Amino acid sequence: MTSSLRYKSRIPIKTDESIEEKQYVGFATLPNQVHRKSVKKGFDFTLMVAGESGMGKSTLVNSLFLTDLYKDRKLLNAEERINQTVEIIKHTVDIEEKGVKLKLTIVDTPGFGDAVNNNQCWKPITDYIDQQFEQYFRDESGLNRKNIQDNRVHCCLYFIPPFGHGLRPVDVEFMRALHEKVNVVPLIAKADCLTPNEIKKLKDRIREEIEKFGIKVYQFPECDSDEDEEFKQMDKELKECTPFAVIGSNTVVEARGQRVRGRLYPWGIVEVENQSHCDFVKLRNMLIRSHMHDLKDVTCDVHYENYRAQCIQEMTSKLAQDNRMESPIPILPLSTPDAETEKLIKMKDEELKRMQEMLNKMQQQMHEKDQ
Amino acid sequence: MAAAAAASHSNEEKRNLNLGGHVGFDSLPDQLVSKSVTQGFCFNILCVGETGIGKSTLMNTLFNTMFENEEASHYQNSVYLRPRTYDLQESNVHLKLTIVDTVGFGDQINKEDSYKPIVDYIDTQFENYLQEELKIKRSLFNYHDTRIHICLYFIAPTGHSLKSLDLVTMKKLDSKVNIIPIIAKADTISKSELHKFKIKIMSELVSNGVQIYQFPTDDEAVTEINASMNAHLPFAVVGSVDEVKVGNKTVRARQYPWGVVQVENESHCDFVKLREMLIRVNMEDLREQTHARHYELYRRCKLEEMGFKDTDPDCQPFSLQETYEAKRKEFLGDLQHKEEGMRQMFVSKVKETEAELKEKERELHDKFEQLKRLHQEEKRKVEEKRRDLEEEMNAHNRKKVAAETLALAQPLKKDKDRRKPLNTENQSGVSASNSKVMMAKASVEPLNCHSWWHAIQCCTCLVHNATWKPGGLF
Repeated sequence: MTSSLRYKSRIPIKTDESIEEKQYVGFATLPNQVHRKSVKKGFDFTLMVAGESGMGKSTLVNSLFLTDLYKDRKLLNAEERINQTVEIIKHTVDIEEKGVKLKLTIVDTPGFGDAVNNNQCWKPITDYIDQQFEQYFRDESGLNRKNIQDNRVHCCLYFIPPFGHGLRPVDVEFMRALHEKVNVVPLIAKADCLTPNEIKKLKDRIREEIEKFGIKVYQFPECDSDEDEEFKQMDKELKECTPFAVIGSNTVVEARGQRVRGRLYPWGIVEVENQSHCDFVKLRNMLIRSHMHDLKDVTCDVHYENYRAQCIQEMTSKLAQDNRMESPIPILPLSTPDAETEKLIKMKDEELKRMQEMLNKMQQQMHEKDQ
Repeated sequence: MAAAAAASHSNEEKRNLNLGGHVGFDSLPDQLVSKSVTQGFCFNILCVGETGIGKSTLMNTLFNTMFENEEASHYQNSVYLRPRTYDLQESNVHLKLTIVDTVGFGDQINKEDSYKPIVDYIDTQFENYLQEELKIKRSLFNYHDTRIHICLYFIAPTGHSLKSLDLVTMKKLDSKVNIIPIIAKADTISKSELHKFKIKIMSELVSNGVQIYQFPTDDEAVTEINASMNAHLPFAVVGSVDEVKVGNKTVRARQYPWGVVQVENESHCDFVKLREMLIRVNMEDLREQTHARHYELYRRCKLEEMGFKDTDPDCQPFSLQETYEAKRKEFLGDLQHKEEGMRQMFVSKVKETEAELKEKERELHDKFEQLKRLHQEEKRKVEEKRRDLEEEMNAHNRKKVAAETLALAQPLKKDKDRRKPLNTENQSGVSASNSKVMMAKASVEPLNCHSWWHAIQCCTCLVHNATWKPGGLF
């Protein structure tokens, strides 16, 4: 065999092509096949935005996806917001670009942090995320799995107000309640009220506090070592820039002879897509152009799996008593909280009986010895 | 009283007189001014706003000095107020400026009680002044007036409307202090958004009945400018202490990549308007309003609470002194009552404790007696035993002596030898136990037997003085 190979290598080049054709297996086309199939199937993505009202969430979402998702929104007055509870509102749109279809769902959380007493204001949000996981879990364990709708939240953008010195208690509590259920990406909102120095200070401060409080925000995956330098450089810059300081705008202004999206001030024009003005471009690249699929993967592989394992553990511990011959994963978890304790009691009773018997035997033996 | 006197005087005709020459009392305002300048002025500002919204920076910018202060943290458990007093001077006018900061405002998760420390602080300052006023020996001209003259409420520039916390807090404060709402960090709102924002804020304030400070329009000199300023409320301000070179001037500004926001440029923000209104035009009016309106309201409420009235049931004007005297008597009477009550309670308690102690004493006595008796009995028994023992010893000694003399007389060694062990055994039996044994107190008498066996046979000589004694089986 080796001799034939050596023989082949000495053959002049023009016949190499024919030999290559014979040896060509063809699975190098797999990526193309995947591409084709995925384009046909279409993608879906669920994005949650959270933060106090007036942080520019809707404007940013509109800027990111270049559509107008929020038509005719009714904003509440201050007195209506004193005792407001958090609602969950979903907007779903189908958008298409170069043949690739995306079903985009934006989950909005109006009322977060707006009331005077914000105790547990993140509970409706965590409940919603858990609900989606539970729904998917049931669908996945069901018998007919053809048309599973994936409504799980893939990413949560959290808007931190730029007016403070760092994270506030409500920010910390919210991120801590959510960091193990969803990918949390913190953003500094309305960054046009901060000079570059102030932005840097605030970012450092926030990064410090995130570490101090043990909040697990979404981490960008490490680059493969065989990626090219430019990509690695970009990736490094991206990581050092978190949390992103963003500005959003839907209005088009004229700046430097071009029409760009920006905000018009008496002292200048803020361009949304200018990298030296804000990190909007970085956010868009990260969220949509490079890491969208990774966000989905982390949600499926990490957050959902954690939820599933927890769920199953709870169910099996409640299930231990009954000998159910049905499907290994029941549809409804049994609510028999006393089953376990009853079992324990039975066990203990038996043990006690055994001990008693042993004692009796020993006593008898002793008596016999004495007599 | 004052009202009645004035009424009687006004019945006379008031006449206007023409002066024949220059009298000179037109210098009265100047006299007043020079007096107040020598006295110095004092002004107290309260800044209410979230942490990091720019309160300290704005104060630095307004007064063109660097008041030292550290950045506050977001993690305070509750709101507290931090007053700082500074002495400033401009030309020959001294100003004692007190800036009160609200630390931790808006940071807690539950903000229902956030307004309370602020209201308490304002009330305390009023209370202090009232106390000073009611004193017998008072020095009001020397008094360092700490009442808050103006409250600057910093609104976050969300662009939509007021926050719920803002509304709640301003409603609680509007009857106690002059409020001027300002929009902080206004360089984040564009012109059109600002216009809509201001309208929204003012309409929300009006619809909720919040009374903010209106610049006075009754003085002709300032009525025009004040009226126009009233329309610009709330002021959208930007604060900065950094200097930036613009053109060939150095101005206070904020430098952004897209432009420079100049603090004193009227088209950029309303800082100049705020400074005009607050310091240059209306400072004195603010102080007057605080004293005449807010303080008087507080005073009236407080005194009414204490039971003072202006007119008694017959609609005759009361004098403060009479009411005061009556109140005092009542109060002293109350005190005496309480004292009596306390004394009685004290006495009864003392009696109770005494009785208890006596009982205990008696019990102790009884116990003591009992123990004593027991002790004596024991002693007696021990004495008896001792006596018995002594008797035995004596008997034994006697017998020993006798035996010895006998031994010298007759060599009956064998019998003695045999008898002695018996005796010693009995002796040891006595000392060891308490149960009954037969004590053989054999008196050693000359025996006619020549052997021990014979002696036993004739048991009368062995068991001569036997007595039953408590002993044990051995």
